Amino acid sequence: MAGGAADCSYWERFLAKQCRVYELRNKERISVAAASKLLANIVYGYKGYGLSMGTMICGWDKKGPGLYYVDSDGTRLTNHIFSVGSGATYAYGVMDSGYKWDMSVEEAIQLGRRSIYHATHRDAYSGGVVNLYHMKETGWEKISQDDTVKLHYQYQDEKLGKGH
Amino acid sequence: MECLIGVQGKDFVLVAADSSNARSIVRMKEDHDKMVPISDNVVMLTSGDVGDCLQFSEYIAKNLQLYKMRNGYELSPEAAANFTRRNLAESLRSRNAYQVNLLLAGYDEKTGPSLYYMDYLASMNKLPFAVHGYGSFFSLSIFDRYYTPDVTKEEAYELLNKCVQEIQKRFLVNMPRFKVRMISKDGIKDMPDLVGKI
Repeated sequence: MAGGAADCSYWERFLAKQCRVYELRNKERISVAAASKLLANIVYGYKGYGLSMGTMICGWDKKGPGLYYVDSDGTRLTNHIFSVGSGATYAYGVMDSGYKWDMSVEEAIQLGRRSIYHATHRDAYSGGVVNLYHMKETGWEKISQDDTVKLHYQYQDEKLGKGH
Repeated sequence: MECLIGVQGKDFVLVAADSSNARSIVRMKEDHDKMVPISDNVVMLTSGDVGDCLQFSEYIAKNLQLYKMRNGYELSPEAAANFTRRNLAESLRSRNAYQVNLLLAGYDEKTGPSLYYMDYLASMNKLPFAVHGYGSFFSLSIFDRYYTPDVTKEEAYELLNKCVQEIQKRFLVNMPRFKVRMISKDGIKDMPDLVGKI
């Protein structure tokens, strides 16, 4: 979620409800592509009315893992990497330089956390806590929740060769 | 900052579109496909508002499909172009108009290949070659200089390559990759992407 907190939380809750209804009607979970298009069509219907949302929708379906970007302009994209929000450019910088297609889950976790940390460091409008989730085939798993201050000193110590 | 290019030959149309998808100053996707096949023999290339582009091209494509189901035959490229233009024209005076510029490339057994240039103001022109966006400042002169109506498929591809090379050399904004498709009697065929030398 990025942009208007209320817009995001409201419409993503609405989307979750729609996905649950789909599951009850069809005895099958909705695909990532369909779920993201549901949201894209909703926000497109409100285009020009001032919604502000930048979202990423990720999950698993028959096709394997899926990652979609949906924003309030009605844009809907799929790719391997996305970064959304005011700090996105900073996060992209770290992520693009450290990303490998065949990286391990642990490497991805480290890279994801670091990308967000560096974004919070430079971007005045981002910060606080870094939450990390791993979207598995079996469902999501919360990996970590770190205060950015803690991460800051941790990364600084690593750079200076202190600790451990 | 988007670019759509089209060239028509004697029995084909060759079209190219840059494959960047940008939001604000960020390139969100580098292999984006801006072409939508709206029927078996017509392709639509769109640029402009990203949300509108997809929504509009899908709307046109589904309506052409509906026409085919109702009548048992497909709309000709010319008819499809006029239908598309009418939708743009009606949208233009609405409260939120489609901000979509497009090229329509088609092949018809009777009338042969055709290329239509349209913009969000609903102007429509049937042209032998057409370019949308800033790329037109660099490539239209190349077409004026080198284009002949009897251009072969190979020559047309090379002509597109010339345009892409020039855009990548002189245009400030980076367009690293162009997707290319050929529309002919054999339908819609993918061609190798055009990539810069640098």
